[in-house]
Amino acid sequence: MVASLPTGRRAGRPFDPPAGLAELRERRPLSRLGYPDGHEGWLVTSHALVREVLADRRFSARAELQHMPVPGMPEPWPAEPGVFGSMDPPEHTRYRRLLAGRFTVRRMRLLTERIEEATGERLAAMERQGPPVDLVGALAQPVPARLICELLGVPYDDRERFQRHTLDLFRLGASPEETAAAYTTVHEYVRELVAAKRAAPTDDLLSDLLGSDLTDEELVNIGFVLLGAGLDTTANMLALGAFALLEHPGQAEALRDGDLADDAVEELLRYLSVIPFTVRTALEDVELHGERIRAGETVTVSIPAANRDPARFADPDLLDLTRASGGHVAFGHGVHQCLGQQLARVELRVALPALFRRFPTLRLAAPAGRVPLRTDMIIYGVHRLPVAWGD
Amino acid sequence: MRVGVDTGACVGSGQCAFLAPEVFDQREEDGVVELLREEPPEDRRQAVLRAARSCPTHAIRVTEP
Repeated sequence: MVASLPTGRRAGRPFDPPAGLAELRERRPLSRLGYPDGHEGWLVTSHALVREVLADRRFSARAELQHMPVPGMPEPWPAEPGVFGSMDPPEHTRYRRLLAGRFTVRRMRLLTERIEEATGERLAAMERQGPPVDLVGALAQPVPARLICELLGVPYDDRERFQRHTLDLFRLGASPEETAAAYTTVHEYVRELVAAKRAAPTDDLLSDLLGSDLTDEELVNIGFVLLGAGLDTTANMLALGAFALLEHPGQAEALRDGDLADDAVEELLRYLSVIPFTVRTALEDVELHGERIRAGETVTVSIPAANRDPARFADPDLLDLTRASGGHVAFGHGVHQCLGQQLARVELRVALPALFRRFPTLRLAAPAGRVPLRTDMIIYGVHRLPVAWGD
Repeated sequence: MRVGVDTGACVGSGQCAFLAPEVFDQREEDGVVELLREEPPEDRRQAVLRAARSCPTHAIRVTEP
């Protein structure tokens, strides 16, 4: 039995999975795991088993069935109408089908120019400001925030009303009162927005969905989920990705000079795995890897451990932007695989090379060991990334 | 090689259209897979196999005659 989910990163190894996961994967890729609420569930650490669990419909994503593997996360409650990530098919399928057409490869590629523009504006602002600059606030947060706002039809100038509060929702150890307050604030904002679109529709995703058979309650919850998902995911990949590239100058150079942005993005997604885990609960007894998982037991799957599995990726702890690292599970697997993954891909493919081309001498403006890591957040990354350039 | 898709299982993640756009596309309305070529040319073999392996709901079937 593993007493608790490993979450601590080894000193000087900010990009590697939490210490202890590699040993578990090798010794016992399906282990018993103790949960903070006293539940005795499971932990899965190999690439093959993670995929198996996430693709198996006997493992449910229903929120109210889950036990959370780290302390400080809100108590799960049954999904509100529209919160499709916490539902199983067929309820989930209806929402997914309504939304997937809005996030296709083709549609997201059409945003390339707009992302280039938004990135260019931020890079120009950095240049005007001059070094040192915090890359999180200057580039990593605003570019994805602006894009998800434009896509949904959320006025970017309103961001004071939801951005900080949304980030609060992803903070481990926030008190239930803080979480509830943040939730209410963002929710109230989206509710007003949906009402305004009802009165005067605009050309965006939320307005388009007014024409579907969704209730306003469903629409508000969907808007809330998509806004949250768009604000704090790619932002962390961008900042942590830039940090990793600064610590691997040869790789940064290859990205700047070469034409390997697609492979580079997949490799960074694999190598950095900013979503640390996801959970499922068995709906019935399931035989897996020689063990019996009983109905009601929660299985935590470790995304970073799976993405560094040597059985799937040769030399997995090496960052190599030229490798074909497709097949990673950074976006999950199964019916809940990330809805916005094609948007994330285009954002990363545009913003990272643009950053290193605009500032060929980009470097950390603080010792690497002093960069504040997001070990207190559900999604991993860096709180700030001080950078400088020039002589 | 011969390719088949299960549109009922597809969740529109776009992995296939991303990896092998000459063979797979997505429907505008719901993102579900659209098979462009049931018998893709030999030079698309690796891309198609990668797409099939990456599909999150295992909705792509590849058979060899």
